[in-house]
Amino acid sequence: MNQAEKEEYLREYSILKNAGKPFFPYAVAKDSVMAVVVMVVIIFLAAMFGAELGPKADPTTTTYVPRPDWYFFFLFEVLRVMKNVPKFTDMATIGVPTICMILLFLLPFYDRSPERWIGRRPVALAAGLTTIFAMAYLTYSGANTGSPNSVDLNPPSSLTSSQRATFRAGEAVVGQSGCLACHVIGHNGNNGPGPPLTAIGTILRPQAIASTLRNPTAPMPSFADLAKDNPEKFNNLVNFLSMLQ
Amino acid sequence: MPKLPAPPLPKSLQPRPKRPGENGNGAVRPVEAAQEAGITVVDWIDERTSLSGGIRWLLFRKVPKGINWFYTLGSATMFAFLNQAVTGVFLAMFYRPDAAGGAYESVRYITDDAFLGQLVRAMHKWGASVMIILIFLHMARVFFFGAYKYPRELTWIIGVVLLILTLAMGFTGYLLPFDQRSYWATIVGVNINGTGPFIGPYLSDFLRAGPEFGATTLSRFYAIHMMLIPGLIAALIGAHLYLITKLGISAPPWIKAQEDPGLRESQV
Ligand code: HEC
Ligand code: HEM
Repeated sequence: MNQAEKEEYLREYSILKNAGKPFFPYAVAKDSVMAVVVMVVIIFLAAMFGAELGPKADPTTTTYVPRPDWYFFFLFEVLRVMKNVPKFTDMATIGVPTICMILLFLLPFYDRSPERWIGRRPVALAAGLTTIFAMAYLTYSGANTGSPNSVDLNPPSSLTSSQRATFRAGEAVVGQSGCLACHVIGHNGNNGPGPPLTAIGTILRPQAIASTLRNPTAPMPSFADLAKDNPEKFNNLVNFLSMLQ
Repeated sequence: MPKLPAPPLPKSLQPRPKRPGENGNGAVRPVEAAQEAGITVVDWIDERTSLSGGIRWLLFRKVPKGINWFYTLGSATMFAFLNQAVTGVFLAMFYRPDAAGGAYESVRYITDDAFLGQLVRAMHKWGASVMIILIFLHMARVFFFGAYKYPRELTWIIGVVLLILTLAMGFTGYLLPFDQRSYWATIVGVNINGTGPFIGPYLSDFLRAGPEFGATTLSRFYAIHMMLIPGLIAALIGAHLYLITKLGISAPPWIKAQEDPGLRESQV
């Protein structure tokens, strides 16, 4: 907006404002009705759904799949999608959210046209609607994919189809068992406190992997119970890890 | 300074002019003094603070014609924040930021044993979701109405900071119950922060209170969640509201000013 447009706006606004009503009580009345609605909704939700408390935090046994609160789903989904685009991996994680934040901050500085009626701001309308649909879609798909921790790897192309099935089954066990809280596998998981498992098949033989899982060094939890209660899952896990090379 | 509009009180509530003879020149009788006690107190305070001008400026300013229900979303967000503040104070009366088990135990006590504890905790939890929905709706209203344009750019920037701080409240509060879900989600969250550009690693060291997730991490999240960020949010809401009052609420973009000759004359 140039100086003339600014003055034009201020002049027009002062006429509109003078023709308006006092804030108290007219706007205050609407705000109060809305405040009552907000309180009723909060109390209704609280009384209906309560607040649950899960099992106590235990840094040593992580058979728990971490999930953020729903309003972070879209963020985790962005990270998950970006991680699968290898070229962007490094800057993707927080780079994309950071860029979005900066764009949001600077909005009044790059959108400088004096037009305010959304019908005559096609770019803003398109950008706004796209953002809303993208956020809704990401929240929805974030809610429906497993946790941000679930593993998402491409099996090596040399595998036969039955090996491929084992690969997928073991991958699922890794996701359920929370290994990614401490290990990184490819682009998934946290780097530390455990060593990366991306190519663990080249370092350890299957027997060594199995015995590490049964008798690990602290802080890694033992998966001996899994081996006893569900040997098939355990074998899939071990085979999956030895295919990682 | 232009003359402020008079409070729009109904006739019966407006101060009645004194009848002749009433309270002539004589001393103030005790009954009269008692009748006027409220006014006297207000006068006493106002004589020392001159607050009434500010309150009139805030309440009796005009808002343009055509203000609709979308304009209540900002104050609705503020009410959700007040709900968080009040329920949060009650939770803090019972909560202990003790990673060795005290934190979980105190939240269990609030949920299962304390009188209305489950309700207050649930109101805090659901209030957070409601506040986040409202803040996004408010932002959408401002965006589609073009209300961030000149002269309200700074109001918008303060708003974006409020949005980030509100999300940060959601993130730091999530750890406090210290159950499996909150513990592991927070570890993952902090590690993701650590991969961010430039300040990422410093930010996650700051959040963890060191390179590892340890016993002081919880106290740190607690202090950030209940002192640092709420203080910042309250101060910034103050600045946001000051600017809104100073600049006036934008008119809906479909309303155009009519050159009303009568209005012009009355202004002169
Ligand atoms: C609480 C964190 C934690 C979890 C959860 C965890 N680990 Fe570990 N893991 C470690 C640590 C720490 C080490 C290194 C131990 C050492 O120094 O000997 C390790 C070592 C290993 C090793 C040996 C690596 C090597 O190079 O010698 C394997 C294999 C392994 N983990 C697999 C797994 C699998 C599979 C899971 C999930 C079923 C899992 N871990 C879950 C922390 C963890
Ligand atoms: C804690 C969060 C917030 C609170 C309590 C809050 C409160 C308010 C209130 C009470 C108003 C008055 C008009 C209305 O209700 O629409 C307002 C206006 C405004 N808000 Fe917010 N707000 C918050 C967050 C935000 C955010 C996230 C943004 C945008 C990024 C924003 C940008 C604005 C702008 C530009 C105005 C001026 C609109 C106009 O004059 O028409 N606010 N805010």
